[in-house]
Amino acid sequence: MARIGVFICHCGENIASTVDCGKVAEISSKIPGVVFSTDYKYMCSDPGQTLIKDAIKKYKLTGVVVGACSPRMHEPTFRKVVASEGINPFFCEMANIREHCSWVHPKGEETTQKAADTIRILVEKVRNNEPLYPIKVPVTKRALVIGGGIAGIQASLDIANAGNEVILIEKEPSIGGHMAQLSETFPTLDCSQCILTPRMVEVAQHPNITLMSYSEVESLEGFIGNFKATIRKKARFINEELCNGCGDCTLKCPIKKIPDEFNAEMGKRPAIYVPFPQAVPNKPVIDKDNCTHFKNGKCQFCKTNCSAGAIDFDQQDQLITVDVGAIVVATGFTIKGTDFFPEYGYGKYKDVVTGLQFERLLSSSGPTLGEVRRPSDGKVPKKVVFIACAGSRDPAKGIEYCSKICCMYTAKHAMLYKHKVPDGEADIFYMDIRAGGKNYEEFVRRAVEEDDVNYIRGRVSKVYEKNGKLIVRGVDTLLNSTPVEIEADMVVLATASVAHSDAESLAQKLHISYDSYNFFSEAHPKLRPVETNTAGITLAGACQAPKDIPESVAQASAAASKTIALFSQDLLTREPIIAVSNKSTCVGCFLCQSVCPYLAIEREEIKDRNGNIIKTVASINSGLCQGCGTCVAFCRSKSIDLQGYTNNQVFSEVSALFERSEEYV
Amino acid sequence: MSEFEPKIVAFVCNWCTYAGADLAGTSRIKYAQNVRIVRFPCTGRIDFMLLLKAFEEGADGIIVSGCHPADCHYTSGNYHARRRWMVFKDLLDFIGIDSRRIVFSWVSAAEGAKWAHLVNDTVSEIRNLGPMKEYKNLENVSSNKIGELIND
Ligand code: FES
Repeated sequence: MARIGVFICHCGENIASTVDCGKVAEISSKIPGVVFSTDYKYMCSDPGQTLIKDAIKKYKLTGVVVGACSPRMHEPTFRKVVASEGINPFFCEMANIREHCSWVHPKGEETTQKAADTIRILVEKVRNNEPLYPIKVPVTKRALVIGGGIAGIQASLDIANAGNEVILIEKEPSIGGHMAQLSETFPTLDCSQCILTPRMVEVAQHPNITLMSYSEVESLEGFIGNFKATIRKKARFINEELCNGCGDCTLKCPIKKIPDEFNAEMGKRPAIYVPFPQAVPNKPVIDKDNCTHFKNGKCQFCKTNCSAGAIDFDQQDQLITVDVGAIVVATGFTIKGTDFFPEYGYGKYKDVVTGLQFERLLSSSGPTLGEVRRPSDGKVPKKVVFIACAGSRDPAKGIEYCSKICCMYTAKHAMLYKHKVPDGEADIFYMDIRAGGKNYEEFVRRAVEEDDVNYIRGRVSKVYEKNGKLIVRGVDTLLNSTPVEIEADMVVLATASVAHSDAESLAQKLHISYDSYNFFSEAHPKLRPVETNTAGITLAGACQAPKDIPESVAQASAAASKTIALFSQDLLTREPIIAVSNKSTCVGCFLCQSVCPYLAIEREEIKDRNGNIIKTVASINSGLCQGCGTCVAFCRSKSIDLQGYTNNQVFSEVSALFERSEEYV
Repeated sequence: MSEFEPKIVAFVCNWCTYAGADLAGTSRIKYAQNVRIVRFPCTGRIDFMLLLKAFEEGADGIIVSGCHPADCHYTSGNYHARRRWMVFKDLLDFIGIDSRRIVFSWVSAAEGAKWAHLVNDTVSEIRNLGPMKEYKNLENVSSNKIGELIND
């Protein structure tokens, strides 16, 4: 006979302000099988947990229902409490009366009733629970890091330095990411490449790191500790073993006019190219779409000039499968182009550029070798207008969030511009200045006070060209919305940071969640900001939300430490939420086998004592089963069940949906 | 007479819709109280006989919701659920239950507001349809009568 205890949490005021917790406890006490029920201010706190433990002892409870927040938040907490008193943890269930009830409904009887109903449903579940024991699975101590920007680099180094193998894949020909494109970094103005490139070299030389550039995830199978990733190593048409990185080929290539991605299209590159001089690996790649050889077979210049004989026009994409135990996703972000802004000329005006393009113009490795020259005629601009929040915080553009880094880099851009062109003028249109970071506010003040940058609070409605000048029309909201018109030589848009166009499809391959902007979702916004909802996969950097360099690096180290903690165990315990088959009732139709996404259902032959096969039945490989339960719903003879969500459990939950008052009198 | 308050049951998957409903909570989006949620690991787990059971228990309307196509945490559970629903609809027609009483939807973990709308819309739809009587009627039909009905 079940002896169930019900514990209702007030969550401070969070639940108690709309739900009458005392009443819920009272109603619950009348449910058959409930021998104790109470309410308390903070059930998850130490005294709250003690209260549960004491009640378990005193009332000899066999099961517990905690009415509190979402089980996605505190289920592990309360299961541990129950387990510490010697009850199998799976006899503890949480009824979500906060997220699903008190927070979404007004104070009143109906809300209290809903909470009570929710408790009753879970009491029925507990009553039908069975003891379950964690499953032990081996861990492959090798990590896959996806993305070779600063976040991926940091995570790889941390994991590798702890003595684990790392496979770092990067879809571009070189690692480095956006950080490699930056001129100087805020708030210290140290040169980005100078701090980044040593790390890149460290990655390349690290004995524990296998670097696969120009590679992408093709597919992923498996689960925490035991993933199988298939990686597409794209053909770069260079035999990397033979190539010595001399770069002769890139000089000989007759095609020279391709917009250079690394320079944010501010410069040109040949069809065979190394993205930038410090690239790692320092091996070129042939851009097939623009190469004359691939177009009409007429050119072989690079091949004939390669003394190492490394050019291989016949190279194919390779699919490589690797076993890994954990994955760090660090795929970064991209920014909106100027063509996203009809009001600023749809990208038509050459001298309206993005922040990243301006960054390249400032960089001493950029197309102008660090001289600020405008793209249209190469002249030094004497007046530059910077527009912050271009696209960000703008519901009309569909981007409601703050891109976070623009306030700071715009201040930096204006400052660097003034250092390079001391007689030039820099105006910044802004909405608010968000400089929350160590030494950030001071940095912005410096731009204003020492470098004479002119901040105008207001938005720009239009940019248009007139007599070779860009007319920037906006308002100054600090001066009563007075219209402002500025004649500029150049306009820099701090365009919104957005997720990569392929972020959604990557999330689907990895089975991780993503938000409505296609940024990847963390498991909990505050307490699990690094993990995803898929065990074994963590996030680092701006693929989760816009972030600056220190934040990306910090999160990367956090993701690495999660990974290292996972690798510190030889065996991993996994929730026993898996399917089991009943071999005596199974009729062997194997419908289950055809719907199982994990190929976890095997055929088992049942033999008599003479070794003759009596029948073949379904048997579940507990290592492969992930517990979706699709087979259970399909089984015609009800011979498969899902532990933790058994037919009995869900059936009795449904039976308890609505109160039948007569039963309780 | 007070307005009819429909009883709604939601069968949801843990990874998307349950989390979406959690998000509605954390964002404090208000919606109708009529819904009771039953959590499943995946919509693929939902045995549709449970839907009939819910009607039998007195539900006036049912929501089945999980991850969007291609987003299922287990790759394909939601596709199976969708197919099951297509077939189940015919069965509902056959036994005389208005298939508008079951709303099949996708709500992701990021769609708190969509969840609130889904519940509100379902409540008003079911309010228009009135209380679920079909099942009760069916209960009164003896098995002989069912035989006759089928032969008709
Ligand atoms: S996990 Fe949500 S539908 Fe499968």
